[in-house]
Parts: sequence; C-alpha cells; structure tokens
Amino acid sequence: MTEFNWNLDAPGKRCILSGNEAAARGALEAGIQVAASYPGSPSVQILECLAAVARERGIYAEWSINEKVALEVAAAASFSGLRALSVMKADGLNVAMDFLTTLPLSGIRGGLVLVVSDDPGAHSSVKEEDTRYLAPPAHVPLLEPATPEDGRDMLIWAFDLSEKSGLPVMVRLVTRICHARGNVTLGPLKSGDRQPNVSSRHRFITAARFHLRTHERLDSLQQDFEMSGFNHYTGPETPALTIFATGVSHAYAMEAVERLGVEENVGVFKVGTVWPLPEKTTRGILKRSRRVLFLEEIEPFLEDQTKIMAAQHWEELGPTDFLGKRSGDVPWIMKERGIGEMDPDIAAQAVAKALHMDFQSGSGRPGKKLEDLPEMDLPRRLPSLCAGCPHRASYWAIKTALALDGRKGFALGDIGCYALGVLPTGYQTIRTVHSMGSGVGLASGFGKLREMGLDQPAVAVIGDSTLYHAGIPPLINAKITGSQYLCIILDNETTAMTGHQPHPGSGVNAMGEPVSSIPILELVKGLDIPVTVGDPYRIHETIHTILDLIRKGGLQVLLLQRECALKAARGTAKARVYVDEERCLGDACGCSRFCSRVFSCPANIWDEEAGRAAIDEVLCTGCGVCAALCPQGAIIVETEGERCP
Amino acid sequence: MTTDPLNIIISGVGGQGNILASDLISRTFCEDGHFVSVGETYGATQRGGSVVSHIRVSSRHPYGPLIPLGEGHIIVGFEPLEVYRILREYGHETVRIVMNDRPFYPLDALQKKSAYPSIDQLISRIKHAGREVRVISGTALARDAGNAQAQNVVMVGAFAGLKWVPLEKKKYLKSIQETFSGAKLEVNTRAFELGYQAVSG
Repeated sequence: MTEFNWNLDAPGKRCILSGNEAAARGALEAGIQVAASYPGSPSVQILECLAAVARERGIYAEWSINEKVALEVAAAASFSGLRALSVMKADGLNVAMDFLTTLPLSGIRGGLVLVVSDDPGAHSSVKEEDTRYLAPPAHVPLLEPATPEDGRDMLIWAFDLSEKSGLPVMVRLVTRICHARGNVTLGPLKSGDRQPNVSSRHRFITAARFHLRTHERLDSLQQDFEMSGFNHYTGPETPALTIFATGVSHAYAMEAVERLGVEENVGVFKVGTVWPLPEKTTRGILKRSRRVLFLEEIEPFLEDQTKIMAAQHWEELGPTDFLGKRSGDVPWIMKERGIGEMDPDIAAQAVAKALHMDFQSGSGRPGKKLEDLPEMDLPRRLPSLCAGCPHRASYWAIKTALALDGRKGFALGDIGCYALGVLPTGYQTIRTVHSMGSGVGLASGFGKLREMGLDQPAVAVIGDSTLYHAGIPPLINAKITGSQYLCIILDNETTAMTGHQPHPGSGVNAMGEPVSSIPILELVKGLDIPVTVGDPYRIHETIHTILDLIRKGGLQVLLLQRECALKAARGTAKARVYVDEERCLGDACGCSRFCSRVFSCPANIWDEEAGRAAIDEVLCTGCGVCAALCPQGAIIVETEGERCP
Repeated sequence: MTTDPLNIIISGVGGQGNILASDLISRTFCEDGHFVSVGETYGATQRGGSVVSHIRVSSRHPYGPLIPLGEGHIIVGFEPLEVYRILREYGHETVRIVMNDRPFYPLDALQKKSAYPSIDQLISRIKHAGREVRVISGTALARDAGNAQAQNVVMVGAFAGLKWVPLEKKKYLKSIQETFSGAKLEVNTRAFELGYQAVSG
C-alpha cells in the first residue's frame, strides 16, 4: 500500500493536507471509480494523487489527451452508473465547454463532479479566467470551498447532489486553496464497488426540448442549497455592514474583522453554494443590513449574482449599498499585480473603508529599525528556463536562423515552459502567446498571407504534449489549405511545465503502467508533411537546418528532440564543464561576456575576482551548448575522460 | 505560544526546496495539536523565480494562507537577497531571522542589468533590522551531510535548534522519518542535526 498522509485509512486522524490532496481525499471518501484529467496548474496534483493509489483502490485514473476527452471519459463512467471525477484548470474548461454544455441536457447517472482550478494572480497561467461565469450557460450547479478541509467535505457532497439532480456538479478551486495546506480530519474511505452497466433504458441524448427539464433539475437543488452548512453567517443580528465572502476570501474577511476589532457591528456571510444562489437564505442575510461588501477572487461574480437577486426583490429589501469591485471599493483591475487575487491586506483595507475607519496595512511594522532598511535596487528574479534546458538552445537557434535569413521572419508560440520564449531567457523570440496549439493555428493563417504579399517567414513552436492536445488539427488544416510555414516541435519527451506527466508519446500511463505510444515522427509522417529530425544541443547544425527549411519554403515540420534537462539530470552522471582560464579573455574578448550575459544560462556565471567566466557546478547539467557557442572555445566539456572542444 | 497567530515565512528560490521545508515545519506543528495554514507561492516562478511559503500557527482557530504585510514574526531564509526582499515587506518589528549565507544569482544580475548587492552589506543590514538574526553556512553543512541540495533541511534543523517555537526536537525527527526513507532519510537526518547543532550552544 502506498501511504501518504492524504490516503491513510485512519478515520479521525488530524493531518495537514494541501487543497489538492484534500480534493483527492474527498473523491476517495465519496467512492469514486474513475478519474480523468489533463495536467494544468494549480490542480495538477489531484489526479497525480489518485493515480498513485488507483490500482490498489480499484480506481481507473488517466491523463487524457485533452480536457474535453477527460470529461468525456469521466462522463462515460457516470453513464455506466459509477462515480467519476474530472479535473482541469480554467483554460482547460474552455476546451471541455462544448461537451459540458450538453451534459445537463442529456442527463447523467453516477455522480459526476468537475473540479476546475482558477488561478487568481496568474501565478502559473497566462491569464486569470473566472470560470464561475461558465456555470450558468452550462446549467451546472457551482460550489466553492473556503479551505482545504471545506474542499474535501464539499467534494463528497457534490457527488450526492449530482446523483440527486442528474446534473454534473462543478467545484471551483483557486490557487490559494490548491497550493495552500491546512488541517484536515480524515473521514472513512469508501470503496467504489458499483458494477458498470448500460441497459437499454439508458439513453443520454442532447436535445433542445430538454431545456425545461434541465432548469427543473437545477431548481430541485434549491432546498439543499438553502439548508446547506456550506453557507453560514457569523456576526450580530443587525450588522452595520455584511461581508459576502466566497472561497479563500472568507478567511481574509474573518481576519479583517478580527484585526479591526469590529466583531460587534460586522457580519460575515460565507457563501459555499455560489450558483444558483440560495434565494431565501441570501434574501434573509440582505435584510439584516443596508450595507454589503463583497470579497471574492478574480471577477465580481458573487457581487453580480447577489445584485440580480436584490433587483428582483427590491420592494422587500429596500435601498442597499453594494460595495465591491464594480463600485471601486475593492481594488481590482487598477491593482499593480495579482489583479484578481484577494489577500488579507486588501480585505482589511476594504472593510475599514466601508466602515469609514483609518487603517494602514503593514501597521504591525512601525519598528524603527525596519524603516531604516534602505530601499536598495534589488535585482529582479524573472522566471527563466532551467540550466541546460533544450528550449534555450532551440530559441537560440531559431533567433539566429531568422536573423541570418534576413526577411524579418517571426516565431509564434503558445503555453508551456517554452512560453518563457517571450522573456529575455528565451531571447524574446516568440511574438504571440495565446492558448494550447494557437501558435500552429496562427501560422496556418500567416502562411496563407504569402499569396497576398506577406514575405516574412512564419515559424510556429509547439511542445510535445501540446502537439497531441491541440496541435494536430491546425497541422492538418495547413496541409489541406497549402499554408506555408515551419512548425518546430520542441519535444522534451514529457509534459514538463506541470511536473513531468506522461503523454501519448511516453509509452506509460498515469498509473505508471506500460502502454503503447504514438511517436510524433510517425504521426507527422502519417499526415504526409515533410519532417526533419534534429537535436537542439547540436546547436550549429540546428541553426543551419532551420535556415535551410525556411529558405526551402512550403509546409515543413522540424522535430527537435532532447529530454527535459530536469528529468535527464536525475540519476545520470553528467559531463563536467569548466572554463579554461587561459583561453577565456574576460572583458578583453569583445564577446560582451557572451555566456553569462547573452546566452544567459543560469549555470554560466561570472567570477568577479578573476574577471573570467565561470560555471556553477551545482546548476550545470553538462549539455555543452555554451561550449559550442563560446567564441574562444574557452568552455571545456569533459565526458568520462574525453575532452572537447 | 506567546504570539497568536504566529507567522513564519520561508523564502528561497525555485529549486531550493521551500515546499519540503514548509511541509516539515507545518506537519510538526499539526502533530503538536495546532491549527496550521500554509500558503505556497510558486508556479511559473519555480523556474528560477522567488518562492515563498507562509506558515500560520494558532491555538484558537485556522487563519487564511497568506500573512498580512508587516506581520512576519520569523523568517527562515535560504538566500540572502530573498531575505532582504521579504524583510522589507513582511518583517514585523519583533522579527527573528535564521538564514543561509549562500547567494543564488538572478539572471538580471548575471546579465548586469542590476547588481547583486554585496553579501556583507546585505547581512549587516539584515542583522541591524531583526530582533535576533542567525546566519549559517547552510549549503556547506548540507554538503557535509552528503548532499548540497539538503540545505533546506539544514535550515529546518537550525530553526528547530533556536527554539523560538515550543516544539520538541523528536517531533521534527518524526516528521522527517515520515517523509523520507533509505539513504535519503540518512542524509536528511544528518542535515537536520548539523543545522540544529550549528545554532546550539
């Protein structure tokens, strides 16, 4: 038995679990039998947890090719009578949305829960998307937990609700739940022991005539939502101000009340059943106070829903001040950073402002000594590609080849580690970043504009996992439209950004079992598109290959294969790389400190005392790309006694 | 505990093992019966960016996962520049700091876009600002323990050895035993002991 804290069969034990572990725990306590997901931060660990114990708990867990298929795989289990979970990040829900909107119409059988993780502040995403707005058009009930333990409890309840209503239920997590940890008292594990079956009376058909039935199903949950302990009010009978808080903002609201010492006149309404709002309960809370403040993450969803309800009952409720993002009382798009993210200081400021109190955040720090700390010009830490990352070599090659070509060619990217190609670490090589596979789709469009006189070569880059997820259709599109561009597949043999999950080319599944694989080379050959294979570490060769391919024109694929440096570094002896202090000329070279300032691998450092380049041996992975580029040949790579250059 | 909630910040750089350290400390507090909330800030930033863990401990009720500005009571620092950054924003007037002295140069400094301040200057300013500041050679001790990467566990050992919080040594060791096995358990137990001894006596 694989034992972690989160899956211990020890009911009553008090553990500390992350929000992701707590969600996985909830799924086990609810007796799920199938889980499917595509890796996406911040919720990637949920399926990793479940997959690690899948076989011993009689669960099937998979990393699906994309989020739509993941939801379909989970839905099939539901149609067969089993409880099933699907997990995705906000961006992934957009991919699955087409299918999700049909499920409430067709109905389901076994409990089907969809966990969606939003990323307020975009810590590991290209954008902040508030997926709560997608629940109403899909007719899917929406829950939002306030702590990891709340998440575990809510997941169990969500399965019951789903089976009761015949609707999938969506649970919205955010980064500060997924990547937070808190106390969780373990409940009993439940083995899912249902036998999958589909009898002749089971039909799951999507048709517009089921629209009314879908609304009736949503309405059937009203009473459960009204009675739910996930919504609760703390505070005086008639507060001067009521805070409506959902998600992690609830903890910040409670702390703000405590810090300001306003327990006597401020109430806090924790909303766990966010859509549809429980009407009676919400009206009852609104009647207590003429002043309401909303604390939530990303967009003003709860604020909007509450105002819609208040408008319907305006005669009963009378005039009410709604303070929030829309009114400018809670900072939002005017914030410098973490635009949609709430924190304890924003919450305390907003509560103080609503009560016309003076409050300065950081008020606990008037310590004289700290104020003396001078404002130093501290270097930033921009995210960078890891030492030895093959993407760095690929970007160097692309940038150099496009410059040598001289036609102002440009590169198009998408999301993954290689999105860092927009930053100095990737020489700002890529000029577009949108969604999974979009670089290839855009190239398909740019490649047709040649006929209208666009004489700049377009180069699309796409990672291996992303290619399987969303890169094949745009390649087929280009093939049949005759679009001309170079598609470079940056194949590092894994889903690197989210922590090395397998993909269809890996030959292993989420549960670590060997499965068949679909090599990218065969896949592209099958599309009858010319394909060249290269190794980005062979940097000069790669530059010339790219130059040749863009000069040749037409639709081309270049498959650059080299294992992710983080993965390759595990357990293998690496080459020793060092700087020959005789050959390195320091600042007299005229290379402008090429290795540490221009090529900028974190392992290429500068020895100030010696005035020479140096290698950080802890970070260096021994790839040797810097050695191939050093104009003096001063960087030496030693592999098992061999010395080059 | 005299301060409730007690707010502890672990600051470092992607790859230094922040999360493991915060897991060991928060797990030990949980075993000791406290309410613990932890907020980790990582993500895309793990690729060479700053990584911060907030640990909040209370005997009354759970708090949110983020520490308010100016309310950090203890900083466990893996990297001097990151300690300075955190101290300015989060240091409480009573802040105590235990830190590793080894710099981890950001790309911006290597590319000469802005200079990494002198280590001596950084440390002397930090010493001036904190109520109590202990600087140890965490990476060197980790190397002595058998793996330079284990500096995070060395720093947990130093945090434990300073006894700024009322947790028994054996409880940390139990958390380490639950987390590692085999050779890794040996290296990390040694790393913890070396950190513990470095600040004791």
